[in-house]
Amino acid sequence: MATTPPAKASGHPPNMYPIACDDDVVQFRHRVREAAIAAGLRLIDQTKLVTAASELARNALEHGGGGLGEVCSPETVGRAGVRLIVEDDGPGIPDIALAMTDGVSGVSGGGALGMGLPGTRRLVDSFEVWSEVGVGTCVTVEKWAL
Amino acid sequence: MERIPIVTLGESLFVTIQVDIDDRLATTLQDDLMERIVATGARGVLIDISSMEVVDSFMGRMFAGIASMSRILDAEVVVIGMRPVVAITLVELGLSMPGVRTALNVERGMALLDQALTARLNSVGVDGELADGDDAPG
Repeated sequence: MATTPPAKASGHPPNMYPIACDDDVVQFRHRVREAAIAAGLRLIDQTKLVTAASELARNALEHGGGGLGEVCSPETVGRAGVRLIVEDDGPGIPDIALAMTDGVSGVSGGGALGMGLPGTRRLVDSFEVWSEVGVGTCVTVEKWAL
Repeated sequence: MERIPIVTLGESLFVTIQVDIDDRLATTLQDDLMERIVATGARGVLIDISSMEVVDSFMGRMFAGIASMSRILDAEVVVIGMRPVVAITLVELGLSMPGVRTALNVERGMALLDQALTARLNSVGVDGELADGDDAPG
């Protein structure tokens, strides 16, 4: 796999991170953890958000051929919380309703969609998915401080 | 290449995952563990995850995979020290980790291993064949 260009040289805004290899997923988790702490999320909510971030980043890497993860601070979100936007320009999801059905993309399915989007949705407070076949997939989630 | 150390502890292997592992390191650990089980004839594997702040579906599947592979290689696996927030998150994610035994700490993990191995010994006849269901009278 090609080496990842340094974040600063890639021209991405500072809160956007490339997801192009295994280590990028780890780094993305770290950035999300930092944002979650800064936004005042409780430990359990930090853990849920970081886990969701890991699922989404891995989906983008494995099924979208790599992508981009954005971490938005409370100023952007408009309330105490963190918004994550994970996008790829992979093959897209032909049937989102099916992908959002529990059990379709579960553990035994060889990881059709990782743990599947339904599991990830349960970990966050707001969840939106956009996808177009041949264009890509973009998932936006939010976790709010209580 | 970075590797997670595997320590021999009596008849068992002991692994502590202290780094934030990526998928490649997880896969390497799986391979290394299977090799060590065969090389040492270990009957048990203890995996300490008390340092892990996140366990996502990939890592959960990895533990389930290690457990079932080890069982085929005649070893039992116990995952120890899972943090409460990790347990809550795994359940909400919908991941059940089939076949993975868990214990709160090393002591209870060792006890669970002993228990599992004793139970298995009792279910095996003297000549190594599975005992049949009805108890033959003395």
